[in-house]
Amino acid sequence: MNDWIDVCPFDDIDDEDVMRFDHAGKTYAVYRCGDQVYATDGLCTHEKIHLADGLVMDHVIECPKHNGRFNIRDGRALGAPVCVNLRTWPARVHEGRVQIQLEAVGLHG
Amino acid sequence: MTTASAATATSPTPLSRSRDDYRLIGGAGERAQTAGLVNAQWYQCAVPRAELKALMKRDDAHALRDTALWYGLILGCGALFVHGWTAGWNGWALALAYLAYATLYSSPADSRWHECSHGTAFKTRWMNDALYQLASFQLTRRPTRWRWSHARHHTDTLVTGRDPEFNVMLPPDLPALLLNFFALKNVPHELWVTLRHATGHISAEEKTFIPEMAWPSAVRTARAWVLAYVLIAGTAVVTQSWLPVLLLGAQPSMAGAWLMHTLGLTQHVGLPENVLDHRLNSRTILMGPVLRFLYWNMNYHVEHHMFPLVPYHALPKLHALMKHDCPPPYTSTPQALAEILPAIWRQRRDTGFSIARPLPPRP
Repeated sequence: MNDWIDVCPFDDIDDEDVMRFDHAGKTYAVYRCGDQVYATDGLCTHEKIHLADGLVMDHVIECPKHNGRFNIRDGRALGAPVCVNLRTWPARVHEGRVQIQLEAVGLHG
Repeated sequence: MTTASAATATSPTPLSRSRDDYRLIGGAGERAQTAGLVNAQWYQCAVPRAELKALMKRDDAHALRDTALWYGLILGCGALFVHGWTAGWNGWALALAYLAYATLYSSPADSRWHECSHGTAFKTRWMNDALYQLASFQLTRRPTRWRWSHARHHTDTLVTGRDPEFNVMLPPDLPALLLNFFALKNVPHELWVTLRHATGHISAEEKTFIPEMAWPSAVRTARAWVLAYVLIAGTAVVTQSWLPVLLLGAQPSMAGAWLMHTLGLTQHVGLPENVLDHRLNSRTILMGPVLRFLYWNMNYHVEHHMFPLVPYHALPKLHALMKHDCPPPYTSTPQALAEILPAIWRQRRDTGFSIARPLPPRP
């Protein structure tokens, strides 16, 4: 089993919001929707914009530059101008902290 | 947490340029790439994340109200024109009624097309898509092509050889500018290319910004448009009346384009190319409530380009949050045009000329 990587306290991410997390030279986006947390690659697959500056609505992240949308649960691209799915990563809340598992193969994408 | 970033601007080309520089293939795009202007980091004013999130929130109510009012006005003016047509009004009265109808049919469709292409007008996705298709038809603007070109416009705003949506390329083509007050170049071009798309042909330049997966959609929509035009013409023949042609399709698109064209000029024209700061290459103009309704607040153009997730109805609040870090807004459309028109005139001979907007001192 791969190690879980600590991101931040759960309360550091507002409900229906996203936080940027940089690790080992790569950037990720970590989301909170209610009691659930999710993680994806941090850059939009369309023009490599940081998704952490975007808007989270109903389990959808919207890119701040061109409004491309992805489902944060499975990384599906939901229509123009994004065509390529987003890679997702396992995420959990453990003892009040958000953790993600990056060594594992991405769930989708 | 606030959003804040800085960008440096570097010109990839000599200041003077020709229209060939604007070609997406073989133009100045490669030099722009080398100069770091493509898909670059742009300046963003510092706006607290919490306040930005509040402004980005979507709803259906604003756009449903405004769309109902807009189509109500179109129908009202259309009914007045049809009444005048059948009652035999004199030429001037009938022309004025038609101009009001066509202006409402065409010009506000530009901002509706625009907001719905971003998906910010409504919270409900299908409502954005439906109004996007309707507004595109009213403008005679191919929906697939322009959705993708607009994404590129936001990535590389006014980057020579990359942005497909230059309103005025240098040196300015004055006859084309004048003709397009009634879309006399744009609409025939769109109709011609629609026919080409309907036969499955998409140009090499368009393929630089429309991904392959979207080509079938471009072809399908073009065929639907051809069918719509056949129906309009067929109805005119069957009813032995010009009314269907006057009320729907390209004719009202052109007759009512003057306001859209005028407002479109104010967005970027005369401002410098190849700068990575929307405060320098876009304009914010203060307008009255009528124009802001017709234009869906696109007069806050610096704000829109810097934060395109913010819906049109929240742009005045965004303006209040960031105006201290922006050039002073123009106080009226005539004030902006008084700067733009002489700039266009000068750029006929001096393509290196552009208007420098004053930035506030950095804190």
